[in-house]
Amino acid sequence: MALNQSRPLLVVEDLHVTVGEHEVLRGINLTINEGETHVLLGPNGGGKTTLLNTVVGLPGYRITQGRITFKGTDLAELEIDERARLGIGVAFQRPPAVRGIKLRQLIEVAAGDGAHEELLADLIGDLTLKKMIDRDVNMGFSGGEMKRSEMAQLLAQSPELTLFDEPESGVDLDNIAVVGKAMNRLLKAERIGKGTRSGLIVTHTGHILEYVNADIGHVLYDGKLACKGNPLDLIGEIGKHGYDKCVECALCQM
Amino acid sequence: MPDVEARKAEIRELAEAAVNKPATFGPDLDLSEFNAAEDATSVESLASLSKQTKEAALEIGFDATEEGRSGSYFQMDRSPIYRKVEEMFDNKLEIMSTEEALRLYPELMYEKYYWRNVAPDKDKYTAQVALSTTEGYFIRVKAGQKIDKPIQACLFVSENNISQNVHSIIILEEGAEANVLTGCTIHPKVRNGLHAGISEFYVGKGAKLTFTMIHNWSEDFHVRPRTGVTVEEDGTYVNNYVMLKPVRSLQTFPVARLIGDRSRAVFNSIVYGLDDSYVDIGSETSLEGAGTRSEAIARTVSRERATIYSRGRLIGKNNDCKAHLDCRGIVMSEESTQWAIPDLASVGAPGAELSHEAAISPIAAEEIYYLMSRGVPKDEAVSMITRGFLDLEIPGLPPALRRQIDKALEETAKEAL
Repeated sequence: MALNQSRPLLVVEDLHVTVGEHEVLRGINLTINEGETHVLLGPNGGGKTTLLNTVVGLPGYRITQGRITFKGTDLAELEIDERARLGIGVAFQRPPAVRGIKLRQLIEVAAGDGAHEELLADLIGDLTLKKMIDRDVNMGFSGGEMKRSEMAQLLAQSPELTLFDEPESGVDLDNIAVVGKAMNRLLKAERIGKGTRSGLIVTHTGHILEYVNADIGHVLYDGKLACKGNPLDLIGEIGKHGYDKCVECALCQM
Repeated sequence: MPDVEARKAEIRELAEAAVNKPATFGPDLDLSEFNAAEDATSVESLASLSKQTKEAALEIGFDATEEGRSGSYFQMDRSPIYRKVEEMFDNKLEIMSTEEALRLYPELMYEKYYWRNVAPDKDKYTAQVALSTTEGYFIRVKAGQKIDKPIQACLFVSENNISQNVHSIIILEEGAEANVLTGCTIHPKVRNGLHAGISEFYVGKGAKLTFTMIHNWSEDFHVRPRTGVTVEEDGTYVNNYVMLKPVRSLQTFPVARLIGDRSRAVFNSIVYGLDDSYVDIGSETSLEGAGTRSEAIARTVSRERATIYSRGRLIGKNNDCKAHLDCRGIVMSEESTQWAIPDLASVGAPGAELSHEAAISPIAAEEIYYLMSRGVPKDEAVSMITRGFLDLEIPGLPPALRRQIDKALEETAKEAL
């Protein structure tokens, strides 16, 4: 880990992002090194999803200042699919339903050259996808099914950096455990020869941290990263004092 | 056979009175512009068809090797050049040209089947077929016989600017089951012409007919099928229609009458409108028996300057009947037009339950981004989504037909890239 920490994977520098007319991110600096899992906490509407979607490259998120590099490459000129192929994966909070495209197909395209029967069988077993695998993706899926489907696609894609947007939202306790297990699998690079894996988890409740170990926590508040620290400590503070007080707290002041 | 002669005269009279009668829908054609179809020579085996003919036929699901088929019928222009029933289906299934059936069973044909589901004076196209028929097939499945392998038929146009006026009849006797795959296509050299086709289907008590039609035309070709179906007690009629290539104009509006109690009809249509295609498709189901059910599903995609009308009419005539219509379209070009026209009527049947969902909308951008986020390039994502949209899951479709439709969709998706 110590060796990896010197090798930055994702570097966000002085990032300002405008959505519509509104400046949502106002100078974000964040470095995620190889092998690290970061957690992004913060109140709803604070800009967490905006940061994620900007890294993914979704349209509508305009960078007005600063930049994002991944493995040393500036992402500004890259399309969503190019970023994905470079090694960025994302588990959406509410992925869209796509009529006529089966979950099986999406797992296959996500796996690219790595698509094979064994992988599929493994994912179907591990994430109990049997009932969903030949259904239109996300069409009538329950909250838990949706997250399991996202995890399966990401495990097939095997990205170097995975972004998780509210992985616990709309999921019951049984499913949180399954999702947490899949996240660990993604982040710990259990599969041989896949190198180290990094992650950025967006959560406003922090529940998922009961299942997934994260190294560093940040609080995104009012468009800026207000605190940095041990994720569980941060959650403890927020639980006691709320976000408003938390960002003023000396413990977190950078 | 005085009755037969009288009926022949009646058909002729009706048709003659309708030679100038335009169709209710679609652009009106001047039929004098097309030549009469020429005779073609019969073949002993499908293997002797030219390579180009075999390839064109395969694209619409007609396999010249006849593997996995129970029987075949091949018509070139005006001539039935090949027909065969596999040995194991002898005495269960009859396949011949309609002319031959009229010679063999004149009374039965004129009394019960010939021009009984489609009126000869419906419009100028039915009149043209009535007055100068160029064959067509006759398929009859005997009572209680379940033909598990598809029956394949190909209506092929090999010359430019001819009018192919086919009249086909399918009869499923009581308790019979069959899948009929009909492909209509043209030789690659053919640019223009007309295919006018009468199809009359009779689904007997407890019988089930799955009829799948794949059309493959060209930029200057006109197509006017006229289809009438009657379904008796507990019978089921499933109509699958696929057209994924350009056409000058195509207008079709098959009508199914559910006359028997508990009979069912299902229409699935997949249309990909390209270039300057003018496509007007639809279906009508008349729910007459008690406990009748019907569903009509259409998926249409239009590109370039294509115009598509997607119609669906449900007529409830029994207090215990239920039907649903679902038509969705995607317009992919600013020069393209689509109309979705659902049309429901309850006629003297306050208990009839009829409903529809019609939608025309673009491919949702978020769906494209979703696929891109998994590493799929944008063009490929659009193509995958379009293919998925058109890929109706047709329950109970035999695997051979499923593969044919998949193949057609895949080739179209490839070309779209």
